[in-house]
Amino acid sequence: MRYVIIGTGVAGFSAVEAIRSVDRSGEVIMLGDDPHGYYSRPGLAYVLTGELQDVSLFPKKREEYTRLDFIYKKVRVLGIDRANKKLQLEKEPLQSYDKLLIATGASAVPLTVPGANLQGVMKLDDLEDARRILKHAKRGRTAIVVGGGITALELTEGLVARGVRVQYLLRGNRYWSNVLDEHESRIVEARLQEEGVTLQFRSEVSEIIGRGGKVTGIRLLDGRAMKCDMVAFAVGIKPRLDLARTADIALDRGILVNEFLQTNDPQIFAAGDVAQVYDPLSGRSVLDSLWSPAREQGYTAGLNMAGQKKPYLKAVPFNVTRLAGLTTTIIGAVGGGVDEDVVGIARGDSETWRQLPDAIVVQGGFEVNHVRVLIGEDRIIGAVVMGDQKLSAPLQAMVSKKINIASIRDTLLRKDVKIADVLVDFWSHHLASA
Amino acid sequence: MSILNVFKTNVSRQATASSGHVVPDSYRCVQCGICNYNCPIGIDVRSHAWTGKSVKHSECLTCGECVARCPRGVLRFERTDLFAEKDS
Repeated sequence: MRYVIIGTGVAGFSAVEAIRSVDRSGEVIMLGDDPHGYYSRPGLAYVLTGELQDVSLFPKKREEYTRLDFIYKKVRVLGIDRANKKLQLEKEPLQSYDKLLIATGASAVPLTVPGANLQGVMKLDDLEDARRILKHAKRGRTAIVVGGGITALELTEGLVARGVRVQYLLRGNRYWSNVLDEHESRIVEARLQEEGVTLQFRSEVSEIIGRGGKVTGIRLLDGRAMKCDMVAFAVGIKPRLDLARTADIALDRGILVNEFLQTNDPQIFAAGDVAQVYDPLSGRSVLDSLWSPAREQGYTAGLNMAGQKKPYLKAVPFNVTRLAGLTTTIIGAVGGGVDEDVVGIARGDSETWRQLPDAIVVQGGFEVNHVRVLIGEDRIIGAVVMGDQKLSAPLQAMVSKKINIASIRDTLLRKDVKIADVLVDFWSHHLASA
Repeated sequence: MSILNVFKTNVSRQATASSGHVVPDSYRCVQCGICNYNCPIGIDVRSHAWTGKSVKHSECLTCGECVARCPRGVLRFERTDLFAEKDS
């Protein structure tokens, strides 16, 4: 049996681990065009801020690769010949497969304005991008950041940490409006301003201006012009679908897969940011761009490729991130609507966060310690925890385990109640009686 | 703070150091490696966060650097059960 995996991210790596857990003799081949192979892409944010050196992003030692006994080829895959089960590779002979996993991830939605190809226009997809940003991010320089979601803030904060003066342009009225509520957006915006970032709302770039091939400024739709040395953008990500599209594999926003991570071709699977996964519990097919679901999908796909019949059961989407230096946990369904600063989905994002069923919102906290809880009929269906993270793990458990909170529901809905205290008290009793 | 309280604080720190260990929550971890980068004695804490196994490493100082530096709240201290199975 020959297993071939296209993609070197966490979904691809987990698939190798899963295959090897049940099949020691089959041949496993990983193909990828990222020159650095498998590393922590979310860790790039910490490389930008200087909390981490890029050599530390690589989680696995040589002996772990040896133990997993797979072949890794740095190569671009150009096409899939499904009829003959062969892959067309760049400058290499054809590669045959018995089972194939597409785990090609997602890449930044490009800026389409004139001047987007100038030197100094940056995105943050991979390690090479991070290195390019750091090369440009010299103290005293000026940058304009465009876009939304977590990546736009990672860019902003990374540049600020390097002494770059940053102006952050938003098309909408507030930051990450389809996940955060207005109060939360304002907390993040105020903290950015404290860090010295200038925010410009209702601002859309119409053109990037350059001289000698390098960025010198931008022009906005309303005619204003601003000078800058670089433009960093994060206007959403798009699953890398080209291979699947040309091979006529069923697509929607991502590669459509069933709960066994299998495409409409039973020999071909997909996992991670590129996959739009059917969730038997909700009956929906959704995109996630989160590390843990990618890991779990990759692992489940690997098991199914190796002949196990194991469904992927989508966990409650969850992310912990730092927004303007404030640790923030986002759990379950918390938002809705459209964010004008992101096309489709952002990195570290989940479509499920915006599928808000009927719920009542209660909020507590002040300034930087803030908790928002979305209360359904008898359980909590989503939460945002900013600042103090004491409630992060309990709320993660309450949402994912669908803990019945009927006994405190009325108290939570009372005006001026300290919801953090009520929840901590409830959780302590719950643990004590478990 | 009185000298008695300082003494008490030190005692409780030592109690944690001698009887606690670092426990990961794999679901939160993105394998960035900040834990490894900040471990003063070079324990591969990140591999524990991948497998979900506690850091019961004989050389772990339980200094708390990894717990404090993790930007995603993956790591926490837990009291060691002396009779539990050992894993490192």
